[in-house]
Parts: sequence; structure tokens; C-alpha cells
Amino acid sequence: MEITTGWYLVLGALLFVIGGTGLLIRRNPLVMLMCVELMLNGVNLSFVAFARQLGDIGGQTVVFFVLVVAAAEVVVGLGLVVAILRRQPGATADDLSALRG
Amino acid sequence: MGALQLLGFVGPSVNWWALLPQIILLGAALAILLASALAPQRTSTAFATVTTLCSAVTSSIIAIGLWNDVKTEGPSSSIASAFGVDGFSIFFTMLILIGLAATALLSHDYLDREGIDPPEFHALLLCSAAGAIVMASANDLIVMFLGLEALSIGIYVMIAMHHRRSEARESAIKYFVLGAFSSAFLLYGIALTYGATGSTNLVHVRDYLDAVVFRDQHLLMAAMALLLVGLSFKVAAVPFHFWAPDVYQGAPSPVTGWMASIAKAAGFAALLRIFFAAFASHDVDWAPIVGVLAVITLVIGAVMAILQTDVKRMLAFSSVSHAGYVLVAVHAASADGTSAALFYLFTYTIMVLGTFAVVGAMGTDDEHPLSRYAGLGRSRPVLALGFTVLLFAQAGIPVTSGFIAKFQVIAAAVNNESYFIAGAAMMTAVIGAFMYLRIVMVMYVTDEEEERTSRTWHWTTSTVVIAAVGFTILAGVVPQFLIEFAEDAVPILIRG
Repeated sequence: MEITTGWYLVLGALLFVIGGTGLLIRRNPLVMLMCVELMLNGVNLSFVAFARQLGDIGGQTVVFFVLVVAAAEVVVGLGLVVAILRRQPGATADDLSALRG
Repeated sequence: MGALQLLGFVGPSVNWWALLPQIILLGAALAILLASALAPQRTSTAFATVTTLCSAVTSSIIAIGLWNDVKTEGPSSSIASAFGVDGFSIFFTMLILIGLAATALLSHDYLDREGIDPPEFHALLLCSAAGAIVMASANDLIVMFLGLEALSIGIYVMIAMHHRRSEARESAIKYFVLGAFSSAFLLYGIALTYGATGSTNLVHVRDYLDAVVFRDQHLLMAAMALLLVGLSFKVAAVPFHFWAPDVYQGAPSPVTGWMASIAKAAGFAALLRIFFAAFASHDVDWAPIVGVLAVITLVIGAVMAILQTDVKRMLAFSSVSHAGYVLVAVHAASADGTSAALFYLFTYTIMVLGTFAVVGAMGTDDEHPLSRYAGLGRSRPVLALGFTVLLFAQAGIPVTSGFIAKFQVIAAAVNNESYFIAGAAMMTAVIGAFMYLRIVMVMYVTDEEEERTSRTWHWTTSTVVIAAVGFTILAGVVPQFLIEFAEDAVPILIRG
């Protein structure tokens, strides 16, 4: 059976959905960061698949930009997680509920 | 360069003049960081504030020059059509520079008082402003995404810089997680747009959509939906607003002002450029969805604002409801509607900066209960009057810019024959006015409960409040200059 572009798009969409669901239901801040990465990589896979289908190099170059942005986001995210865990060891997303109206 | 040319590589032509405003901002950010690293003692707050202000002023002089160029020679674009130089981009550049100057002034007092290192804060603020300008000027979805990330990542750190307050950290992580979540949606939308049209460049997307009739639109529809969800998070439109109250409450007030004004304005700039300028031929597909978002945003924002007891949370929901008015104007999908949206964003930005200037000076700790404002009309009559004008402007009471802004938005909806949406906007203006009046009542009618700790008013805060009140009344009495400015700033996509 031939693997067409559609398969890669479906895989990309699945990764995106798994990442999105994980972000909403997992409570560990580190796992939430990993879920963001999963969503972005699902998008990257779609970009590469479209670039291959269109015969256009643009979609592949986009992936490099996204990788850099994802790295920058993770640096800030990890910094925030470290700052929180240092004050409240073992904190989960449920412990961060001082702000409410 | 020479070697690259030998290989047959010719880079796109770059209009450096048009890029100068953000280059100056980034240069100032680097200068502040370098000076603080080399200086033997701790860098003074004044140095950072003055550098930021100087760069904002220089950039706005260049922006005025660019505006005249666009008026005489017409809009253009640069770097292989990736960066637009039109009235729209310069309008937002000026707005962002005003916001930058105001936030720099407001943070001056705050950073000194709370003992936060000023160089890092100002460097992040400048990078964030440069990102916002890139986002508003980008003609390419990927460049827009990079601008959005530069804007957002700066804000995440600025919120969390107060290392002694756990509320600030909580607010930062909440904004970070939802910001990353919404960026992923936006990026997926960009990927599907690329798949459907073959390019991420908005000029190409517009030309492609004008020329091609789709037999199967599913990919494009999904792309538009994802882009709309991603940007709705950024502008805090219902049902993607739930982060706003927590984040606005926990963040330092100057940063809250920056988020409520500039981050929202840049989000709407992207929304208008993508949907009004590039997806114009498909407005029957996206306009109804924007209309539904607008109505629920208006209603939920106004009703939830009434139920709050904390002033910062009230203002967070009021900013949600303001996003609803701008969405009403976007829904019209016309040049009228777009210039109404631009007018609204300009006046809203200035009044919200003034409002958060007052809120920031009223309290440094984490809660802003309404009772703190009790008796302000007697103890500080001038300040209370200024705050009253800004709140009345947000409520849309005549003689203030807020009235003209709401009037134009509703007029655009009526011209578009969206009578239901126009009616909803009028109804929620009445509901929303109750919340603003409640704050004003507390200031003038209720007696002061507790002995208020003496607060010193720094002149920088007073400057921002006076300037915001002055502009709000000026644009409410003689709005013609701003209306013409907004009419000249409708986005145009030009192949460069």
C-alpha cells in the first residue's frame, strides 16, 4: 500500500490533538510543556507534508522558524516552571489557583 | 555577499527605511542590556526609562515620515512582499509607540518601588514592542507568527519578573500555557492555509483566492477556523477569554496595561490583515462566525464584569467586552467597519493605558478591592475626576472618545444591515455602563473605610493619566482628525 501525503497530514493532526488534549488534562507543568512541543511538531509535520505535495521549499523552511520559536518558548516555560517549583515543590496546575473571582 | 552572488543567489530588496522603527527599538534594547552589563554599579531606572522613551520618540518621527511617504507615493511592500508598508502598518506602529512610551513611564515608578531590575524589564518591553510592530506590518503569515511570539514571550517574562509575588508567577504560567496553546492553533491554521493556497504570503493568498473557485473548501474552512481561534485567544474574545481575568489580576499593573492595550491591538491588526485583506473574497464564510463571537463576547464580557468585586478583574472583563465591539466592526467586513475598528482600537488603547495607570498607582499588592477606591473623590479630587473621565469613556458616554468609537462601530454594523448585532452592541453598552458607574459611585458617594496609607504619586504616572484624559476628551469633542487618520489606514496588500 502506498503512503500518500494524506497519511502524513492525518498523523500531524493526531499529534496536534494528542498534544492539545494532554495540555488540557495533564496537571504536571513539565508534561504540559511537552504537550505544547507535541502540538507544534504535529504542525511541523503538516508543513513538511504540504511542502512535499506542492513541490515548494517554503514549507520546509518554515519548520526551522517554528523550531527556533518552540525552543525560545520552552526556555521561558522551563524558567517559569523552575521558579514555581522552587517555592512550592511538587506543585501541579491545580495548586496554582490563588487568582479567582 | 560577493560569494553568494557568485553562486547566483540574489536576496530580495529590503526597504531599510521602513524597517527603521523596529530596528531602533531593538537597538535600544541591546544598548540598555549592554550598558547595564558594563556599568560598575546597578543601572538606574532613569537611564532605562529615558533610553526607551528616546527610542520611542525617534521611531515615531520616522513613522510620521513613512506616513507622508505612503500618502504621496502610495503603499508598498518590502522583503519579497513579506513586510507591508501601508497606512495600516504605520497606524499601528504609531499606536504601539504611544503604548510603549506610556508603559515605560508607568513602569518607572513601579520598578523603583518594587525593587525590580530595570534594564531587563525595559529590554523585554522594547523587544515586545518591536514584535508587535512586526505583527501589525507582516504580509506573510510566518513573519506575523514570529512577531506574535516576540510580543508574547516578552510579556511572559515581564509578568513573572516580580520574583517575590507568587500571584505574578501563577499569572505568568497561566498566560504562558494558554499563549503557547493558542500559538499552536494559529500555526496549524497557517499550515492549512499554506496547504490550501500554496503560500503563506498574504498577497499570494489573496490573489489565489480571488482567482480560484474551490470545489472542495474543507481545508480552507478549517484553516480559517483555526486562525480565528488562535487570534481570539490573543484578543480575549469569548469563549477564549477565560485566562484574561486571572492573568490581568496577577500581573503587575503596567504590564496589565500593556497586555490589555497593545497585545490586544496587535492581535486585532493580525485579524484584520488576515481576514479583511487576504480572505476578503470568502467573507460569507468567516463574517457570520465573527458575528457570533462578537455577540457572545459583548454579552459575557458585560455581564461578568458586573459580578466581579476586584477592580482589576472588572477591567479584565471590560476589556473582553471591548474586544466584542471591535469584533462587531470586523464582522461588517467593509472599509467602513475596518476604519471604525481602527478608531476604536486607537481610542481604547489610550483610555485603557490611563485607566491602568490609575489602578497601578492605587495599590501595589495583589488585591484591588473596590472598597479601596472609596472616598477617592474627596481625598484626591483631581485624580478621581480623571479616573471618572476614563471610565465614562470606556462606558461610551458622549463628549468622550469612547462615544464616537461605539457610535462608529454600531453605524458600521447598521450599514451592513446586521441589525441584531447592532442592537446587541447597544444593549450591552447599557449593561456595561453599570459596572463603570459602580466604580464612580464608590469613589464619590461611599465614605473612606480605612485609614489609607499615604501614597506618593510619581510625576510619570500623573503625566500618563493627564495625557490619556486630554486625548480622550479631545478625540471626543473634535474626532475628525482621528476619523480621517483611521480612514487612511485601511489595510492594502501590495506585491512588492
